[in-house]
Amino acid sequence: MRVRDVAILGAGHAGVQLACSLRESSPSRTITLIDTHAGDPYQRPQLSKEFMTDEGQPSPLGLRTREALAALSIDFRDRTTAVALDTARRRVHVDDGAAVSYADLVLATGARNRALPIAGVELEGVCGLRTLEDAHAIRKRLATAGRVVVVGAGFIGLELAAAALGRGLPVTVVDVADRPMSRVLSRPMSHFFCSAHAQDGMEFRFGVGVEFFEGDDCRVSAVVCSDGSRIPADLVIVGIGIQPNTGLAERAGIVVSDGVVVDACMRTSEPHVWAIGDCARFPHFRTGSLVRLESVQNATDQAKHLGSGLGAELAEYREVPWFWSSQGALKLQIAGLVFDPDEVVLRGNPEARRFSVFCFRENRLIGVESVNSVADHMAARRLLDRDLPLTSEQASDPTFDLKAYSRTKTEPD
Amino acid sequence: MPKIYYHHQDGSVDERVVDDGATVMRAAVTGGVRGVVGECGGNLMCATCHVYVHAPYISELQPISDDEEEMLEATASPRDPIRSRLSCQLILGEGLDELHIDVPESQV
Repeated sequence: MRVRDVAILGAGHAGVQLACSLRESSPSRTITLIDTHAGDPYQRPQLSKEFMTDEGQPSPLGLRTREALAALSIDFRDRTTAVALDTARRRVHVDDGAAVSYADLVLATGARNRALPIAGVELEGVCGLRTLEDAHAIRKRLATAGRVVVVGAGFIGLELAAAALGRGLPVTVVDVADRPMSRVLSRPMSHFFCSAHAQDGMEFRFGVGVEFFEGDDCRVSAVVCSDGSRIPADLVIVGIGIQPNTGLAERAGIVVSDGVVVDACMRTSEPHVWAIGDCARFPHFRTGSLVRLESVQNATDQAKHLGSGLGAELAEYREVPWFWSSQGALKLQIAGLVFDPDEVVLRGNPEARRFSVFCFRENRLIGVESVNSVADHMAARRLLDRDLPLTSEQASDPTFDLKAYSRTKTEPD
Repeated sequence: MPKIYYHHQDGSVDERVVDDGATVMRAAVTGGVRGVVGECGGNLMCATCHVYVHAPYISELQPISDDEEEMLEATASPRDPIRSRLSCQLILGEGLDELHIDVPESQV
């Protein structure tokens, strides 16, 4: 049985970038990229954004064509599902019978949508967004829908809600939390988004769960909430978060805990097995705490890092996380991680919808959220990357030249 | 019909005929031209659609917006002070019928 040097499970953003980076650092290794879905790898972020506008034919953005992968001698096997992992023999058993032998294996299996286990979820018109097929289905329904309810006020939910609103549809967003994007945004930024969207006509119900979906002739007709209220809807989009795909690893005895647990070099508890991207829980370099990040930047940067030296002496992964979300005309960018700040300051003009929230913890800058303020965001990324100190006074002082400070040349030794 | 010429580092050139209103980024991605990524779908959020415009065409392009200016600081390949642009902002048509650009070594 031919042994692949590297087998990669998952041809999403992380897996595809890893294959390409590995090829760059290693012209002769055999690389096999396996994915359960059919089709050339494509980009995900636009599926909840520009893909949903009503202009012309939607064209999904590709990640790499299979021809491009073949030209790099990357063996791309789509429509192939890994069913079991034999780490002792270093083999992945796949659904078409033959096993794939590997010297090193990378899990880039991503995540699946969290399910809403309630009555009515199987009704026509109740949708989720994960794949390109899902995106096509939602887009088609948006063209004929009359009333939309979005369950979950996270990034995906709000991006899709904004797209529906942009098409002139009435939209109500329901969430059990007390504010939008509560897991990842500071309170002030969260409240800004709530009021900005509300100003634009989006309706919200917070602190409320969904009990069941009402149907009429197998089509959804209303959403019934935990407070007894009933919201008519003929299109319901459920976006309540994701769960990492760790089943394969777990059944093979690899340590998982809301993600495949890895060290700062992306190694799992099993030798010769690595994990990157949405499925990996890794130590954040600034705090040492384990985090699992759901972003293209995280997937791509971890892939590039691992691809530069898989198997060799690899330095610790030390990239500053960053993220963006596009909700209607609101462009949100986040640099760093905003877990539980003890101090927040504003910079800019919230009324004009151009401002940033600088978040501090124990007098250290931990993250910056920016709305329509690319300059602040880029300066924040530089500050965090270089670990330059910043006071809350400097952050909130409009006369303090943040950009120049973030680009200060340090004295050579 | 406008035409875009993507010049690669190895000397090869990809030529694409596009519709009026097409961006250099989208034409590359949908047309299978390697080396232009466009991670954020053309929203000035990622700087992975970076290109170097050939000198004769620079003055014919839409001016650089403040947001593009900031994002140009984040390109993976070095920024050329005159020739670097984010290709999601370069629109063909309306007088711009031809454009030659160099594809950078890397976008990520």
